[in-house]
Amino acid sequence: MSRGIMRGTLPWMQRPAIIYLVILTQAPVLLTLYYSTTNWNFLRPDRPARFVGLRNYLDFFLARDTGRIMLNTLVFSVAVVGLSLVLGMLLALLLSREFRGRGLARTLMITPFLIMPTVSAVMWKNMLFNPAFGLISSTLAALGGPRIDWINQHAMGSLIVIVTWEWTPFMMLILLSGLQSLQKEHLEAAQIDGAGPLATFRSIVLPHLGRYVEIGVLLETLFVLNIFGEIYTTTTGGPANYTTTLTFNIYLEAFKRWNVGRASAYAIFAVIFANVITLLFLRIIRRGRDGEAA
Amino acid sequence: MNRRRSLIVMLVFMAALLVPVITAAAQATTVTVAVVNNPDQRRLLELSDKFQADHPNIKLSFVMLPENELRDRVTTDITTKAGSFDIVQIGTYETPIFGKNGWLASIDDLAAQYPGSMQPNYNVDDLIKGIRLGLSYNGKLYAAPFYGESSMLFYNKKMFAAAGLKMPAEPTWDQVREFARKLHNPARKQYGIALRGLPGWGEVMAPLDTVINTFGGKWFDQDWQPQLTSPEFKEAVNFYVKLIQDYGVPGAANNGFSESLTMLAQGQAAMWIDATVAAGFLEDPKQSKVVGNVGFAMAPWAKVKKGYHWLWSWAYAIPTTSQHQDAALAFLTWCTSKDYIDLVGKTYGWATVPPGTRYSTYKNPAYIKAASAFADITLKSIQSADPTDATRDPVPYTGVQFVGIPEFQGFGTDVSKQISAAIAGTQSVDQALAASQDIVTKAMTDAGYLK
Repeated sequence: MSRGIMRGTLPWMQRPAIIYLVILTQAPVLLTLYYSTTNWNFLRPDRPARFVGLRNYLDFFLARDTGRIMLNTLVFSVAVVGLSLVLGMLLALLLSREFRGRGLARTLMITPFLIMPTVSAVMWKNMLFNPAFGLISSTLAALGGPRIDWINQHAMGSLIVIVTWEWTPFMMLILLSGLQSLQKEHLEAAQIDGAGPLATFRSIVLPHLGRYVEIGVLLETLFVLNIFGEIYTTTTGGPANYTTTLTFNIYLEAFKRWNVGRASAYAIFAVIFANVITLLFLRIIRRGRDGEAA
Repeated sequence: MNRRRSLIVMLVFMAALLVPVITAAAQATTVTVAVVNNPDQRRLLELSDKFQADHPNIKLSFVMLPENELRDRVTTDITTKAGSFDIVQIGTYETPIFGKNGWLASIDDLAAQYPGSMQPNYNVDDLIKGIRLGLSYNGKLYAAPFYGESSMLFYNKKMFAAAGLKMPAEPTWDQVREFARKLHNPARKQYGIALRGLPGWGEVMAPLDTVINTFGGKWFDQDWQPQLTSPEFKEAVNFYVKLIQDYGVPGAANNGFSESLTMLAQGQAAMWIDATVAAGFLEDPKQSKVVGNVGFAMAPWAKVKKGYHWLWSWAYAIPTTSQHQDAALAFLTWCTSKDYIDLVGKTYGWATVPPGTRYSTYKNPAYIKAASAFADITLKSIQSADPTDATRDPVPYTGVQFVGIPEFQGFGTDVSKQISAAIAGTQSVDQALAASQDIVTKAMTDAGYLK
């Protein structure tokens, strides 16, 4: 009974669901593309949206702020991904060995990634970074050091610390699964051959992890480029625009300046930008691996 | 057998989905209210139980947010006509703009449409004229004032007495700076002055705009050319920023109304210039450590005795998208009526009633007795603050501490971020003002005011 039905009816029964999914996922993008060619401003219903072609994109490239915003975005994503890669690698190496309490340690290490981003950010901002009663400043003051207003004076640095703390477990998990798929025999053979830990790492572990690093860096870059909650709750893009990234600027344009047309243009640009970065990453990593294989 | 069972499960599931639909029809009307997280509104929440007891068919659901976030949500909701709220808390800035755009239901029209829902003896003529005009457009009232305010100077009497200083009734900014210098003692956690520095057109820009007005500055000339790099504007902003940096509270760039209020209430700041509503809070023994120790004076002025204290009212309005306008009208007129003011007076003490909305409040002997220290100054400040005449030179806009055009929300906030950065020390005032001038020019060109 079941197999006959599957073959005959399932394909056309699937179609409504597929059509629904296509519309649900593609319609917003197409609408955004359309809005990006208008000058629709929410707060000016007396000025109906007109078609302005590519003017919003041109405004973006000519704007005063754009250089700063792109710089912030690059610095932020490169720093977070880079730091979480290094730290994630270290932690993964540590956790790949057997020791008592490894299960507990691994669970604790993963926890930062599971906490809601806004909660982490508020926690860091008020419990740790606050100059008056935060943990870091109080500890420094007890040791005779200064009370530094981390969020205001080292805005980008603070933000990078918070987001790296959140995303290191992600990288760690990916690299850990990579390490665990490394066969013990290869490591033992290297040891027998007299290779030290650093040489083993460089020649055996790292090439094996190449693909995992690729996936980890790619995924994390895509997610980190979209980060909004942490910026909103700590610095709201400030001071001035020192921590305003591309994503945050989209929010500012749409909901502070109510210029939906321009915000849509920024959003489309952000998508293109993310794609370009991804392709670049893939090319660099692949070339590195091909170079080694050759 | 399997097919039949799954069919029955599916039917039961679908029936279960219909249950809320059927029961919803018989339920009470839920009125969703968006409010700012200020002391007066927190008391409103506590007292709203009494309203629900009197009106068993109406259930209230409050969304309480900090000021900046609330503005975002309310403006998004209203401009996109999303209809999530039945009552929104807006002020004298948004009301004329939203009213003009047809986004709000006129209170006058609703009163004629649902006379049974109005709070008895509401008496619209009892509302203070300046506040009422600020909440109207084309002669129609679009929001009912919950409290009205101006700005004034608060000071710690003990600190002043200990230093042998006397605060005049109408101080100048130079005098204030002198007092701050003498009273600033960070080692003993005593700061000369608390002033807002938090970014937001309704946060740092509110007091800063009054300073700009009284130094003779203005946002735009009659041709809508931005004046942010004019000498008067620069002098005012430099004065404000330097005052905070020299004798202010550390981390002022993160301090808005609530944080500055805390500084004074905890006895850590010697002076504070901010909203007159704070007076009730500072005299409330449950929240303030300086009860009976707070002195009041008019807000300081510098060169021009105009626009040196602001005019603002937090009011409740009903969006046209609301599905429960009559129930909303009932709550709206309840919480802005004389009866509500009496209720607060009896429950929390007469010094804490929402001020600045009705003439009857200022004729009430119980209020006069409890609030004598600040009631006069509050009423005088509200009545003398004129949004149509707040600057030395004639200007094309209205508003004391804001520019009454829709674009102000956007560029006002952007400029406030630049200034906040100057207060935090990450850039100079000149840099901040140069960047601000660019921001405003671009915004005004985009909006079509400039060619």
